[in-house]
Amino acid sequence: MSDTTQARPEQKPALSSHEAAAPRPLWQVVLIRPEVMTLVLLFVAFGVATWLSPFFADTTFILESATFYVEFALIALVLTLIIISGEIDLSPAAMMAFSACVFAALFKAGVPIGVAMGASVATGALMGAFNGVLVLWFKLPSIIVTIGTLTLYRGLAQVLAGDRSISGFPSWFIGIDWKYWFGVPIPVVFFVLVAIVLGVFLALTVTGRQIYQIGTSPEAAWHAGIRVRRIKMSLFVLLGVTSSVAGMLTASRLASVRYDMATGGELQMVLMVMLGGTYIFGGRGSIAGTFLAAWLLIVIATGMNVANIPITSQLIVMGLLLIVSIVATNAIYARTQR
Amino acid sequence: MRDFVRTLIHRREAGIFAMLLLITALVGTMEPRFLTLETARIVALAIPLILIAAMGQMMVLVARHVDLSIGSIMAFSSIIAGMMFRDLPDLPIMAGVVVAIALGTGLGLVNGLLVVIFKLPSIIVTLGTLSLYRGLVFLVSDARQVDPQFIPRSLISLSQTSPVFGIPWLVIIALAVAVATYLFLDHTRLGRQIYALGSNPVAAPLRGIKVVRVTLLVFALSGALSGLAGVLYASRFGYVNPGITGVGFEFTVIAAVVVGGVSINGGVGTVLGTVLGVLLLGLVSVALPVLGVSAFWQDVFNGAVIVLALLIDRTVRERSTRALAQARSSG
Repeated sequence: MSDTTQARPEQKPALSSHEAAAPRPLWQVVLIRPEVMTLVLLFVAFGVATWLSPFFADTTFILESATFYVEFALIALVLTLIIISGEIDLSPAAMMAFSACVFAALFKAGVPIGVAMGASVATGALMGAFNGVLVLWFKLPSIIVTIGTLTLYRGLAQVLAGDRSISGFPSWFIGIDWKYWFGVPIPVVFFVLVAIVLGVFLALTVTGRQIYQIGTSPEAAWHAGIRVRRIKMSLFVLLGVTSSVAGMLTASRLASVRYDMATGGELQMVLMVMLGGTYIFGGRGSIAGTFLAAWLLIVIATGMNVANIPITSQLIVMGLLLIVSIVATNAIYARTQR
Repeated sequence: MRDFVRTLIHRREAGIFAMLLLITALVGTMEPRFLTLETARIVALAIPLILIAAMGQMMVLVARHVDLSIGSIMAFSSIIAGMMFRDLPDLPIMAGVVVAIALGTGLGLVNGLLVVIFKLPSIIVTLGTLSLYRGLVFLVSDARQVDPQFIPRSLISLSQTSPVFGIPWLVIIALAVAVATYLFLDHTRLGRQIYALGSNPVAAPLRGIKVVRVTLLVFALSGALSGLAGVLYASRFGYVNPGITGVGFEFTVIAAVVVGGVSINGGVGTVLGTVLGVLLLGLVSVALPVLGVSAFWQDVFNGAVIVLALLIDRTVRERSTRALAQARSSG
């Protein structure tokens, strides 16, 4: 008793009102990051999947299964940047379909395959730019406008390709998911490389940091001299280009193109970004989170396949995960926001 | 009189109505057989499901939310009602209808609860439940279709027989829903509160509007109407398929509603406008094949129409804000 009363006067000056609150200990700062939640979930999912089926814990098997999801994951990486900047785009799955249809239709029409690929990428860029113009110049809310363009692009794919599937690509183009670099399927290598490049870009370059500032407060960013429109426009175009690349990866994997390619894929893309702890209202998030979340989704989906859970029931899991992940991310940010 | 004409011209509904006439006239000149009662009948049968769900979606949009899960809700109600008809052949049709509406209301309430409890954007919540409910459809049905022979004849006859003037029951039900929605939105306190909430969510609670209750109500109503549309789907098409029923339905309905002049910024929208929007989309879907245009263009049209409607909505809103500011400074 007497010890504590004596100690008090000596402590008082330390708590002067001029000094800031003590910084959080490093372990707390690290632990309350939403990416940690994703990482923990990844380990849990991996453990459960291994427990469900002894065949699961096989690196080759997981990498092979991953080729199916990296197409969406690739897009999710760029979508992360867009969501951090305070916008959203629900049309990339439709952009994948239309740009892949452009590629396949041109190829069928006898255009050299390289030119067809170029045209597909250009189409992707154009579609992204169209989204960007509607959102940035005409100031329409991106979330609803991209529902319009998603219907539009999917419709264009249907007009171009009809209800037949286009195939007959040269053998070197087909089956990129069965070609390996250093024992890893090429699409997965590609995904990892893009994640590293975008991660470094977002975390370490001036433009990357400006994306956070735009998402936190577009007005303040504008007053600070950041070219808000130019950056957001570039992101929308980049998303279009990435969708086109993902579309061609899918075409190579399936060896055919149909207008309904990646139908409903927007859900999984948004899910990867949300699971990675990116804040739906912009300003927070990271590429590392989306990268981990993509692997989490791959493990969950593959695990359910191995455990013989039908692909249709996986819709339930995906939908639940989306809602739970936004609720969790919001809760984490609400706690840390002081 | 002059004021009356001016109001009429400036009303959004007048514009849509003019477009309806224009399209009919254009298609009619190119292909005279378009201007027959048969066309009217096909259009009338194409739109009731969309119209019913559009009434719900419109109320959700007026309250400044959006519901993307309606197609899955429709499929869920439809498959459960269909399975009940299949497994309990003696069941009265009304029981199936009541169950479908109740299930729709329940799923709609779940959307509403997620939105109000966690304060999440409704578009993301309903994107999640779109997938979740569709998964439930596959789960309860074991991914099997309910075949035509199990759908009761009397339910199917709702879309084939008619009580008056050769208008099928289905159309009469849809119109009754539209009239009821109009009476509710325009002539009840609760209906006006939906507009108040949507035009200014910050001011609404200050004026004594129970935001949580109104939000739950619009999602529940949207769910209930999608449930009704679900059981009518079984009547109209004579089967229910877990992978087909209601897929992409939300995009058609949202297109129809925004074409009808309902603002995505909440607070603006009329039943008449929505009905005209649904009619416009239905007319085009019938006109395309008559003109020999591939039905594949339908989605392109729907998408373009959403974007166009958003652009028009924004222009109108900007002009009225400017007019308001001018009136204030001069007065």
